Amino acid sequence: MEEQSRNMRSSNEQTEKMKKAREKTTKRSKEEEKEEEEEEIFNFKNKPAEEKEEEDDDLSDSEESVFSGLEDSGSDSEEDDDDDKEEDDEDAAEEGDGSDEVTVESQNNQQTEEKTKKKKGGVTGQQQKDEYEQDSSDEEDIRNTVGNIPMEWYKDFPHIGYNLDGKKIYKPIRNKDELDDFLDKMENPDYWRTVHDKQTARDVVLSDEQVDLVNRLQKGQFGDVNFNEYQPTVEFFSNDVMIHPVTNRPADKRSFIPSLIEKEKVSKLVHAIKMGWIKPRRVDDDSRGRFYDLWANEDSSILANHKMHLPAPKTPLPGHQESYNPPPEYLLTEEELAVWEQQDPSDRKFPFVPTRFSNLRQVPAYQRFIHERFERCLDLYLCPRQRKMRVNVNPEDLIPNLPKPKDLQPFPTTQSLVYRGHSGLVRSISVSPTGQWLASGSDDGSVRFWEVCSSRCMKTVQVGGAVKSVAWNPNPSVCLLAVALDSVVLVLSPSLADRQVVSSSERLLSGEQESTEEAGPVTWSDTEEEEQSQGIRLKIQHPKAVHQVVWHSKGDYLASVMPDHSSHLQVFIHQVSRRRSQNPFRKNKGLVQCVSFHPVRPYFFVATQRSVRIYNLVKQEMTKKLQANSKWISSMAVHPGGDHVICGSYDCKLSWFDLDLSTKPYKMLRHHKKAVRGVAYHRNYPLFASASDDGSVIVCHGTVFNDLLQNPLIVPVKVLRGHVITHDLGILDVTFHPTQPWVFSSGADATIRLFT
Amino acid sequence: MGGLQKKKFERGSATNYITRNRARKKLMLSLPDFRRLCILKGIYPHEPKHKKKVNKGSTAPRTFYLLKDIRFLLHEPIVGKFREYKIFVRKLKKAYGKTEWSAVERLKGNKPTYKLDHIIKERYPSFIDALRDIDDALCMCFLFSTFARTGKCHVQTIQLCKRLTVEWMNYVVAARALTKVFLSIKGIYYQAEVMGQLITWLVPYQFSHDHPTDVDYRVMATFTEFYTTLLGFVNFRLYHSLNLLYPPKLDSKAELELKEENEDDYAMNSECYIEKLSALSATLARVVSTAEEEEAQLDQFPVEGEDMERMEAREQEQRKQEVQKKLFEGLKFYLNREVPRESLAFIIRGFGGEVSWDKSAYIGSTYEVTDETITHHIVDRPNIDKQYINRYYIQPQWVYDCINSKIRLPVEDYFLGVTLPPHLSPFVEEKEGDYVPPEKMKIMALQRGEKPAQNQEDEEEEEEEEGEDEEEEEDDNEEEEEEEEEEEKAEEKNLKKMEDQRSQGKSLQVKVTPGKLKVENPARLEQEEKAEEKRLAIMMMKKKEKYLYDKIMFGKKRKVREANKLTAKRKAFDDSEKAKKKKTRK
Repeated sequence: MEEQSRNMRSSNEQTEKMKKAREKTTKRSKEEEKEEEEEEIFNFKNKPAEEKEEEDDDLSDSEESVFSGLEDSGSDSEEDDDDDKEEDDEDAAEEGDGSDEVTVESQNNQQTEEKTKKKKGGVTGQQQKDEYEQDSSDEEDIRNTVGNIPMEWYKDFPHIGYNLDGKKIYKPIRNKDELDDFLDKMENPDYWRTVHDKQTARDVVLSDEQVDLVNRLQKGQFGDVNFNEYQPTVEFFSNDVMIHPVTNRPADKRSFIPSLIEKEKVSKLVHAIKMGWIKPRRVDDDSRGRFYDLWANEDSSILANHKMHLPAPKTPLPGHQESYNPPPEYLLTEEELAVWEQQDPSDRKFPFVPTRFSNLRQVPAYQRFIHERFERCLDLYLCPRQRKMRVNVNPEDLIPNLPKPKDLQPFPTTQSLVYRGHSGLVRSISVSPTGQWLASGSDDGSVRFWEVCSSRCMKTVQVGGAVKSVAWNPNPSVCLLAVALDSVVLVLSPSLADRQVVSSSERLLSGEQESTEEAGPVTWSDTEEEEQSQGIRLKIQHPKAVHQVVWHSKGDYLASVMPDHSSHLQVFIHQVSRRRSQNPFRKNKGLVQCVSFHPVRPYFFVATQRSVRIYNLVKQEMTKKLQANSKWISSMAVHPGGDHVICGSYDCKLSWFDLDLSTKPYKMLRHHKKAVRGVAYHRNYPLFASASDDGSVIVCHGTVFNDLLQNPLIVPVKVLRGHVITHDLGILDVTFHPTQPWVFSSGADATIRLFT
Repeated sequence: MGGLQKKKFERGSATNYITRNRARKKLMLSLPDFRRLCILKGIYPHEPKHKKKVNKGSTAPRTFYLLKDIRFLLHEPIVGKFREYKIFVRKLKKAYGKTEWSAVERLKGNKPTYKLDHIIKERYPSFIDALRDIDDALCMCFLFSTFARTGKCHVQTIQLCKRLTVEWMNYVVAARALTKVFLSIKGIYYQAEVMGQLITWLVPYQFSHDHPTDVDYRVMATFTEFYTTLLGFVNFRLYHSLNLLYPPKLDSKAELELKEENEDDYAMNSECYIEKLSALSATLARVVSTAEEEEAQLDQFPVEGEDMERMEAREQEQRKQEVQKKLFEGLKFYLNREVPRESLAFIIRGFGGEVSWDKSAYIGSTYEVTDETITHHIVDRPNIDKQYINRYYIQPQWVYDCINSKIRLPVEDYFLGVTLPPHLSPFVEEKEGDYVPPEKMKIMALQRGEKPAQNQEDEEEEEEEEGEDEEEEEDDNEEEEEEEEEEEKAEEKNLKKMEDQRSQGKSLQVKVTPGKLKVENPARLEQEEKAEEKRLAIMMMKKKEKYLYDKIMFGKKRKVREANKLTAKRKAFDDSEKAKKKKTRK
């Protein structure tokens, strides 16, 4: 084989040489160059392989593989690359198995052989027609043998390379400068077709054909003028059945043996169908959209008797304001619109703004239509439902049926008299047991005595301090008044009665003085001349400020209250005839607000903040504790029968206790708008009154029945107004006339009013 | 007695309820599936009476379902279908992932489906139950039928909705069941009385929708799935109750008439029939083709305990309804192309009128503009060029107003270019003390058969006076109270003046002024007394009752206040209108 190829090659060479000689052109064909290179390749086989080996030693295998991978795509036309590859392969082989050169060589030989075969074809072509006759490619120019290198390398040398014979090619002596160039440009008519050849450093003037070729290549046409671009295609694979096979290969065995893989697949499918994993394609039934008479035989199923089912409420029907052309009164004004926009969407009365369109074609689509439908959907399936009883009550039926106030007369109805004279708020008033006189104590430091019927002020006593409480002695045979101010309780004898009565009261006061030595917390003392003349008879000095004084119904005992959180000295009971005082309680049970004596029995009522305690004075024990259900009791009154108590509290409530029933209030009355300050029972009539900071006195009818079965009947009968509210204080005290159905009230406006 | 200690939350209401999460776990469903099931089966949460007890002492906000409901869901065959579907989706995903297209095809062919027939039968054991609940179904189907055929939901759903709504409208037309219509800013409300049930539905205006992003279309699609099935069965039953064919067929006579036109212009052949049905211009085919069903005279059965008067009243009511059903009988309408065709055709045909439109506007027109027998031409533009003499050119609102007032209203107020009278809602039923807009009064007067007054202004004035009277009456009580207060205040003022003078140390000027005779009005006194009595009685009310009473009274007062506000607003508007008129006259 080798020999053959060599022979062939030598013959090639010979023909080439002959050709060269014959043509004597400066340019050569590609083929020629290729062949020369191939020669070199053959040389490589022996010599430069070792050199390469050394060079490539430092290259890692992976890099090589990368290289080879990249250059794999190279086609046969790129001979250089191909050769490189061969070399690489060779190297790799050598690296791989040391001295196994024979195989490598044989490989190489094979390759070269193939190539030469190709060349043969090319050569024969050339022989037929010298198509490279006019080939003027500079690349193959071998006048300069330096090869394809940048010519700058020869910049500093006088020569630019070597010719075929190994002689130096010298640069032209004189280099062209700019000026020469310019002159040349101006004068030389062939300047435009002159090309500088860097390799030979000479100017070449292109021939007409060459210029033509350049032009055509620039246009993207084929270099050959005679080449027909649009040759009819000859289809290699066509629908025509050819008599000969394309390849001469015999048919594979597998082409006539049934496929095992397919068999496996089929059997799998069969198995899957058998097992029901794959279902045969369902016949599309259109029964989904087909309707029939569903309710042909109506039977009440279980759900019908489902008691807990709550049908969804229907959407409310639209009103006039939803119309596209609503009456003008339903449109929003600007302020209303502003309010609508300010409101939270959930607070709005309508979710839309009523708008008016003058005709139907102007009505736009409603933006929130889908939203609202969606919200309805959410309501239907997400909203918890609950059955709610809607009250369908006539409000008139709710009003209790009470006896008419007209039938419950007498009771005070109109304001008839106003007692003016005080300059400060009047804290306390009291009516004499005869009903002729009225005493009042005020913050201006005076106690005034009024004639009830004429509203004349009969007497004014300056006591020198804000009067907290006044109380007229209920015993009609004496005429005494207890006054509480600061920490003193004064006993006045106003001498506004018969001489007998006055003298009897004097006698009571000047009773024995026995216990002066007992230096208790309370000291009794007579008054001096000056005060005597005013009518002040006794002074009972207390350790702390006194807020309230109360007489026992017999008129001998007197109780005083000194509210204090921290001590048990809050209540004192004084006996006037003996000038004796005692503290009935050993323990502090809370802040005492007010106290009262039972009208007939020896009981004592003490109202603390939240409750009322009832003590038996004889047995000296607590009998009852009433829970007032209010925050802070302000006042208390005991029914003349002694079985009922009312308590006013600062949280606007009035509680009525029936002592026979329970310790909880029998009735809570929330009539007042503000704190209740005073409560009072009438001594004879079934009336009670409450006074409050809202400036009203409410008179109620409260019949107490003698038989225990019937509960008291409580009916409010009159709301009396008249007092002016000053400094948020309205009426401070209220009291009934002992015999007439009249009620007195004293207020923060420094007046006392009588309602008859 | 001893015995075991009772444990908390093991009996009573705590055991009757189940939270949503526990219900979901019990059913072994994912939340979306659970929701779908709840929607289809109509299961909704219940609000327990004592939430804390049910919540086992906790106050955390939870939704509770009735345990019975959930147990009932356990046996639902659809739950199995849901699971199958889940598996199907998983398989399909797998096949896609492996790019096994044949498997994908095969799976798609065997997509699990379910039917809702049994659920509908279960939820609505009788046909009337289904009718009672059809409102939402209609609203939803009408909405879906207006959706574009792309995007938000399946085309089949939209087509089915369209078909069902068309069938429904055809039924309403055939049964003459429509009673009320209302043009609102949201859409058009219709109310029909079908088998004694009032059914109201809302149809959006014909515009493309601006689909909001915060709406879950899956929920709506599930509802629609249920509603379409329901509506289909209801339609079937309704059609058969009227001896109509279902699915609806056009009357052969009508069909022939329609066939003359070249159908190909309008729609594909498959859609042509439903389009023709939706045109609503032709009568439907009946199973038994009786020419004209004779008006069956109902026999009168006097109900015991019902006196003659009431029976007569009922009869009259029936007669009125009969008259209303034939409101447009004998009239021929022509719709211009800018008016909402579907709605108008529906209501005109629903009241016995004949209707047509431009041939190019929609399929199914029956006569041309040039037809001489047309009585009303409905136009919604300021003016029209070519006008025929023998017909009225009116705006569409006339038709709607006529239906609501149940009489043919005078057409003068509805001519082209005229400012239309307000369109009132027919659903508002004014009670005693409610505000009645003057337009409604006018219509009521027309219904009673009174002739409208010749001079409009006179009428207006009269109305105003009436209005004022009413106001006075309403305000009467309040005024009295106010007067009282004023008197008291005056007295107080006098007294105060005197007090001031006295406190200043001046002696009162002694002066005798002639006294005024205080006229006491006995009636008024009595009234006052009664008012006071009432006030005192109210004071004695129990706390609970007082609260309730206050609430009721507050509501009443608010109503009165609102009515007053509306009248005041109307009055101001009328005054300004009058002033404007005067100005223009001058």
